[in-house]
Formats: sequence, C-alpha cells, structure tokens
Amino acid sequence: MESPEQIRDRLLARFPGAEISVVTNPGIAAQHSLLLGAAHARAIAEFLRDDPTLKLDQCSNVTGIDWPEKEIVETKNISTPDPANPAAPPKVVEQKTKRLQLGFLEVVYHLYSITHRHGPVIFRLRTGNRTDQATVPSLTPVWRSCEFQEREAFDLFGITFDGHPDLRRILMWDEFKDHPMRRDYAEPDDYEWEPTPHGTVLEKTKAHYPPPPALVAAPTVLPAAPAAPVKGATP
Amino acid sequence: MFKRDPEDCPLSQEVTPPPPAVTEAERDELRRQGILLTSLQELYTWGNSHSVWPLNFGLACCAIEMIAASMAKFDIARFGSEVFRPSPRQADLLIVSGTVTKKMAPQVIRLWNQMPEPKYCIAMGACAISGGPFKQGYNVLKGIDRFIPVDIYIPGCPPRPEALLHGLVQLQKKIQGFKLTGPDAPRHLRDDQPCNCPVPEFGEHDLEPPANPEVWTAPPAIVRKD
Repeated sequence: MESPEQIRDRLLARFPGAEISVVTNPGIAAQHSLLLGAAHARAIAEFLRDDPTLKLDQCSNVTGIDWPEKEIVETKNISTPDPANPAAPPKVVEQKTKRLQLGFLEVVYHLYSITHRHGPVIFRLRTGNRTDQATVPSLTPVWRSCEFQEREAFDLFGITFDGHPDLRRILMWDEFKDHPMRRDYAEPDDYEWEPTPHGTVLEKTKAHYPPPPALVAAPTVLPAAPAAPVKGATP
Repeated sequence: MFKRDPEDCPLSQEVTPPPPAVTEAERDELRRQGILLTSLQELYTWGNSHSVWPLNFGLACCAIEMIAASMAKFDIARFGSEVFRPSPRQADLLIVSGTVTKKMAPQVIRLWNQMPEPKYCIAMGACAISGGPFKQGYNVLKGIDRFIPVDIYIPGCPPRPEALLHGLVQLQKKIQGFKLTGPDAPRHLRDDQPCNCPVPEFGEHDLEPPANPEVWTAPPAIVRKD
C-alpha cells in the first residue's frame, strides 16, 4: 500500500489547493496520518473510496479527540557579544517565550480496503475551536458506517457534523447538555463513601468526608540523636 | 390487591400475639398422625413465598447467570420461581441483574411501578448494589436502591447461580416472617406506605432528582474511632 506521503502527493496533484499534510506518529506504532482541511474533506474522502489502487471501502473507526487550550513554552538560546570586551566569548542568554495554542477538537477516521485487503489509512479533521466553530463535514454520505460513530462523537465531544442525516445524541439522553469526554467536563457531584479510595477518587473523598482524627504518635523506640545546635537559638 | 378497611383494623392498634396454644413439638406430633394445624398467616406467607415469579428482565452479564439459574443444572424451579413472566403485571419479583445506567434507570423504576403488590426486589451483583466497577462513572447509577426499595442484595461480579438461589431462599425466609396485621406488616398490607416510586426525569446534567429520599439517604461520614 502507498505511504501517507505518496497518498498526500497524489491527492495534491488531484486536488490542487487542498490543505493536506502528514502528521507523523513518533510512537512505536508509527501510524502516520493525513491532516485534511475541511473544505476538500468530502471530495477527498470520495476519492479515497473510489480510487482503483486504494479502494478504501470500509471506514472502521471514527474517534474524537479533545485538545484543550495549552500554553507552550519555547526555549531559545541567544548569544550576545559583550560590547566592552569583544574578545570574550559571547554571553549566552536563555530566552523563554510563551505561546498560547488555542484548543480544538479532532476527528480521526480509520479506513481499510476490503477489496485489496490493505489498510489502515488514517486521516484527521480539525475544528476551528472548541466552542462556536466545532463543526467538521460529515462523511456519512461516503461511508455509511460512520453514522453511529459520528453521532457518538457529537454526543460525547460536541463535534457537529455538517451534512449528517440524523445528528442526535446516541448514548446520553436528549435533554443532556454536557459532553462527557471533553477534558473540562465536570461530572455531577454525587460522590459516595468507598472503602479504599486512591488517586482522583481519594481527592473526592477528602472533599466530601472529614479526615479521620490523626493517630497519636507513638513514642519512638530508638534514642533520639543529639540535636545539632541551632545558630542564634536561645538555650 | 387486598385492601384492608382502616376503621376495622387501625394500624395504631397494638397487636400482641397470644401465646401459642399448641407448641411446635406438639404440632409435629399431630402432623405425623395426619392432622395439620396452621394459621391463616402461615398459609398466606407459605403460599406467597413458594410462588415468587420473577420478571423476565435482564440488564447485563448478571442476567446470563440468572438465565443459568433457571436452566436444568441449577433449576430454580425447585424453589417455585421457574415462571419468568414477560409482563411486569404478572411478576412478583424484580431481579435487577446488571449495570443500571442513568439512561435506563427511569425504565427500571417504571417496571417496578407496573408490578402489582406484593412485589419484591433483588439487587443482583455489584453494579445493581452500588454501581460496582462503574461507581465513579458519570453515566451509571450508584445502586438501584437509590430509587426503589431492595429486599435482598446479592454481592458478586457476577454472582454465581448458587448465590442467586441462596438470595431467593433468603427472600422466602423474609416473606415467611411477614405478619398479616400490626405495625410490622409488610408494605402491601399497609395503607400508609406507597407502593409506587417516583420516576426521575432526565435532567441537563443528571437525573432529577438523583435519588428518592423516601427509600435512600446518603451514607453517613465514616470517622475512625481511636
């Protein structure tokens, strides 16, 4: 099967002006993916499905990802020569710049070809932000198997799929307002005591139940080491 | 449903059971001679306890164990509960067998309300008792006893069919201990206790209300004593 770079080159030749880039996966799986712009996504999807050498006729998986706003700190070394003594080695100053990366939502599609028995080809679509531009084009008209999975991403992540034939919540009830898979989701505060809390559950326990009274410290068995004299302390 | 006239037998009236005229040993001796001595209360609870018909209703993997309990190897028919009814109108026992999601909870409570009295509820498995492994999730009810009164809790994940049979026998013992009159009478023989539970609404963030205060209160803070 063609590599993502080859597919990207072929797509750029076929759709000039489309935004297509390769997102590399640095992990051991090395499943690199294509990042598509929303404008040409539908046409590219149809091309991937119908192209005789690719023939990606099955969309097996649609996944949502939430990328919240995050601050990126970039460190740069700047060397400035000393004006008083030009012969001395330049002074190196570490300069940190902070950059705010806006949050967005992402949808990942995994494609396989039943005809040619190859795959997966992975591509991603990104929304403009996490609030009012959380829209990507729906690919349900291209692969029918996307229908329920896009509804799931709509339900749990709040991604609106433009052109979906039946975009309703699928897991939670219709009256539900939140999107539980978003990282800033706050679940209802109905914690109940449990015997062995740990991790985030322990934090909830502390918030809901008073801590047990501290045990009375038992006298130490070992003789205490002579304390070092503290400077300036009055005896 | 059997309705008692409140004027005829008010609940406030203290009923002191008279001492038994015939002792247990004498009754056994008489039974060997072919004479059966009993009371209406014993007959009533004996009949009730040996024909507990469960609702044919499963939620998750515990339901598989419930089905296994009804098959030949474990044979729930030995205890008179083989008639799984497909309609809540004909069932006596609601076995909550599995995870109750918040989306499913109103339907479970509606089934409970549709069952005629006398009715009993078994919470089968960790999920039905407390939410189990999904207790900290946003979408799972932390125990069906938040909304309906539960008679028997069967722990396990899932409990084996023997555990379900044991729970059923415990329920039968509980039914056999019922009094027909007086302040200890069960819910279905009293006028002051409702047999229906309010069905929660789907709210914007959670079920509204998140629990039925008539049957459930939050567990108290546990502070270790030193």
